[in-house]
Amino acid sequence: MIVRAALDFLGNLGLFALRAAKLAFVPPFEGDMIRRQVGDIGVGSLPLVVACGFAVGLVISLHTRSSLIRFGAESLIPAAQSVSIFSEIGPLVAALLVAGRVGAGIGAELAGMRVDEEIDAVEAFSIDSFKLLVIPRIVACMIALPLLTVFMDVAGFAGGYAAERAASHISLHLYLDRSFAQIRWVTFVPPTLKTVFFGFIVGLISSWFGYTADEGAGGIGRAATNSVVASSLLIIVADVILVKSIFFLFPGTAI
Amino acid sequence: MNEPRPPDISFENVTKSFGAHVVLSGVSMEVAPGEVLCVMGRSGTGKSVTLKLMIGLLKADSGIVRVQDRDVAGLDQEGLSQMRRRIGFLFQGGALFTEFSVNDNLALPLQRFTKKSKAEIDALVQKRLDDVGLGKDREKMPSELSGGMRKRAGLARALVLDPSVLLADEPTSGLDPVTASEIDDLLLRLKQSRKPTMLIVTHDNRSARRLADRLAVLDGGRIVAVGTISELEKSDNALVRALLLTEC
Repeated sequence: MIVRAALDFLGNLGLFALRAAKLAFVPPFEGDMIRRQVGDIGVGSLPLVVACGFAVGLVISLHTRSSLIRFGAESLIPAAQSVSIFSEIGPLVAALLVAGRVGAGIGAELAGMRVDEEIDAVEAFSIDSFKLLVIPRIVACMIALPLLTVFMDVAGFAGGYAAERAASHISLHLYLDRSFAQIRWVTFVPPTLKTVFFGFIVGLISSWFGYTADEGAGGIGRAATNSVVASSLLIIVADVILVKSIFFLFPGTAI
Repeated sequence: MNEPRPPDISFENVTKSFGAHVVLSGVSMEVAPGEVLCVMGRSGTGKSVTLKLMIGLLKADSGIVRVQDRDVAGLDQEGLSQMRRRIGFLFQGGALFTEFSVNDNLALPLQRFTKKSKAEIDALVQKRLDDVGLGKDREKMPSELSGGMRKRAGLARALVLDPSVLLADEPTSGLDPVTASEIDDLLLRLKQSRKPTMLIVTHDNRSARRLADRLAVLDGGRIVAVGTISELEKSDNALVRALLLTEC
């Protein structure tokens, strides 16, 4: 029974994804809606991402310091922090934060539109509601998430430096030197670009739960909750595959 | 001698179920061009479903729904699209697009389906909003409007493409008597000035008395009475009498 339900879910989600992929390349391209969504998703998530990035940077610094200092490798602390932030922590935490904030928002928003008959009203004008409401949200998540990841990385890096500065009075110049000694473009670019896939997952899953929601207030709540849970889970699963793929394509990143 | 015009809307033995729940069971009715038919009935008797069948938002299980002599179920996507542009739909809560301002709600269909310039669209939107008394509220978001204003904005949007058929789902529900009467005034003015064919689903017998040329009463998935108000006032059917005589 559970297996059948899971297969049903994956099958329906796959068809939804195929429809999105097909219609994304058919005009009209809904540029205004995409810009509006990028603003909502990107600018709206920025304070959360920056604040969390800074805090995560601080925490990583505390952990790496306590570990590496035991091996007399204090000089490697900036490099260890920056590699972990740029290659994994930044992209993953940014994606999970966006899944929480934006995923719930998209799920509830679209479910609310279903309940309030807005989706019917769009269709009553013969405007494709899927193209007008779903595709811009998916595309906006794919655009906004890599940009937010860059902010997350920078904030995490700043948090790491603040903690190191407090603990060892290291100068900014030396911290930058030691951090970027181990950073190459493959440490930064492929992990940042993988968040395009994470954005696709957040946009797709939350749009699916919202767009196909049952009518009624319960449907809105369920759509919001399911969007966050399923998006977060799939991001982590996809991360395993994407990290493995990056190691395969860019062997130098597998430290 | 002129040929009699076919009805703008016709239902021929239409049946619609949701799972095991039969909502419409062999419904037949007609609305002549320029006529206003009000459909009344208890909650959950399929009144709103009849409206959604007419614009292809729902499909009948059996029977034929015709709008302006075209079988809705037989239309391809382009045919359905063309038909929908000739029909205005006022949804129960207005169903304004929450992401758009009032102005953009009205401008969207004009941008999509007409070749009008921005200035022409601006002028037409202003005129439609003036008609419903919202000329000064065009930049407001739907969340800033009261229930009555949302319905008026929804009506302006439903009329923006100058449709020949207007479908209205509970246009006065949830409104105080004064606001409800204002909505009725708007529909009455529309009936007198542009004479569209109107099918109005309502619980409000005051609205029905003011607006309807004929009235149809739905019960148990069937039309149990059709006629003018004065004809139905003589009906023996308890539901018909209750709907017509009970104060809202």
